[in-house]
Amino acid sequence: MIINCPHCGPRDVSEFTYLGDASVKRPTSEKAARKSWENLVYNRDNPLGKHRELWHHAFACRLTMEVVRNTKTHEITSVKGRGPYFEETSK
Amino acid sequence: MSHCALHISGARLQYVSELMEIYVTRFSAWALAKNALTGNKGWTNQWRKPDPKPEYDAIIVGGGGHGLATAYYLAKEHGMRNIAVLEKGWIGGGNVGRNTTIVRSNYELRHNALFYEHSMKLWEGLSRELNYNVMFSQRGVLNLAHSPEELDAHAIRGNAMRLNGVDAELLDRDEVQKFVPQLDMSRDTRFPVHGGLLQPRAGTARHDAIAWGFARAADKLGVDIIENCQVTGFLKDGDQIIGVKTSRGEIKAKKTAVAVAGSTSEVMRLAGIKKLPIESHVLQAFVTEGLKPAVNTVVTGGGGHFYMSQSDKGGLVFGGEIDKYNSYAQRGNLPVVEDVTTIMLALFPQFAKVRLLRHWGGIMDMSMDGSPIITKGPLPGMYLNAGWCYGGFKATPASGWCFAYTIANDEPHSLNAPFRLDRFSKAYSIDERGAGPWAKLH
Repeated sequence: MIINCPHCGPRDVSEFTYLGDASVKRPTSEKAARKSWENLVYNRDNPLGKHRELWHHAFACRLTMEVVRNTKTHEITSVKGRGPYFEETSK
Repeated sequence: MSHCALHISGARLQYVSELMEIYVTRFSAWALAKNALTGNKGWTNQWRKPDPKPEYDAIIVGGGGHGLATAYYLAKEHGMRNIAVLEKGWIGGGNVGRNTTIVRSNYELRHNALFYEHSMKLWEGLSRELNYNVMFSQRGVLNLAHSPEELDAHAIRGNAMRLNGVDAELLDRDEVQKFVPQLDMSRDTRFPVHGGLLQPRAGTARHDAIAWGFARAADKLGVDIIENCQVTGFLKDGDQIIGVKTSRGEIKAKKTAVAVAGSTSEVMRLAGIKKLPIESHVLQAFVTEGLKPAVNTVVTGGGGHFYMSQSDKGGLVFGGEIDKYNSYAQRGNLPVVEDVTTIMLALFPQFAKVRLLRHWGGIMDMSMDGSPIITKGPLPGMYLNAGWCYGGFKATPASGWCFAYTIANDEPHSLNAPFRLDRFSKAYSIDERGAGPWAKLH
């Protein structure tokens, strides 16, 4: 599997660390319902098919990116950088 | 038998032929000899191929090892006979036929130790119980320690195992060398060996035989095993699950149980359960060409998660960690081949010229704490068995045994009561590895 890093270009998957489901959201308030904290820590959609997920280019530029990948075919249809560095450079 | 053979006439003949049928369908030395003398034409199908009935007392979705074991124990221990097992593909085509066949109960946490030790005890009597040779071989599982600290951790786990009634022996470096002389014991190797933790009663079994043995035994008790029958939805009355929609029509059931391993999230979504504490990941396994007897135990180690044994056919059967990203692709890929074989050759350099024969992948239902879920619910009329990570094979008998108890009694047995689904919301996770809420780390 090859991920097209927005900073480095196409690189082998072994350079990246998987950070899981990108749709998981941290509750904005500490008073948020218990269920929303449970969803943050434990519960996942785990779909067969398109999955929006986070990858970290740990052994190169250390950029975190949001990838849309098919979990059955491993086909990647979109890669977007995430985080302050990427947002600054992509302006 | 010689007495019967002397009086073959009339009713007596009928009796003899019935007796013969019992002896032929039951595996025994007698059946083997008789079939050998008659051109092996007497063997019949090991289970029926029934069409689904409109309604059952219980339906088990998923004809893997766990589903078949559940059906068997439901019929045998709880007297339920009107049961169907629905399998999307064929018996033995999923993870039960894709694993590295290791059976062990070397867990540190008490809930795990008691559950897996129950499984070990069932394994020890399984060939006799099922009248099917599952080739259970208690050749031992040796966890290597590559540092003094790892050996300390093994000692702690070994002590915990013994306190929970599980066999464990701590081996020093010399004892390891004696037990597995093939290991590279040099001091300057990538993974120096400081000792190991041995569970002598652990070992391996024939994976296909578990599927076939449980299927045959369940069928004999009247369970309908329905292959090529995919569940496409659930029948509901309000929130109550009252059956399933399948590729072979609707089937009603008083109790609907789900045991579908890597497909858990997708199948439960059909019932309206959108999120579960489970991610599906690929785990790869490898077999080399056949060799003369070389390794007489199961060796695990390599700092990561490498395990290897030698099958009765001579192939080295081995595996490593999961690919560590969500996947439903039942196939292997090269980065893991490199990782796993590198560890193998660091431990056993003499296998460098052995050729890899087969390599494949299966989909693991990785739970968020690395422990399984065997529970009533989450909807009324429904029961869930999932989250086996890569420890499902050894658990097969106890998983079926506990799940059957839960289905029959509508409450868990004390052995599986801790493995409830709501443990996550109650901050009561059972995290054997101490890795935290990351599916990929268990």
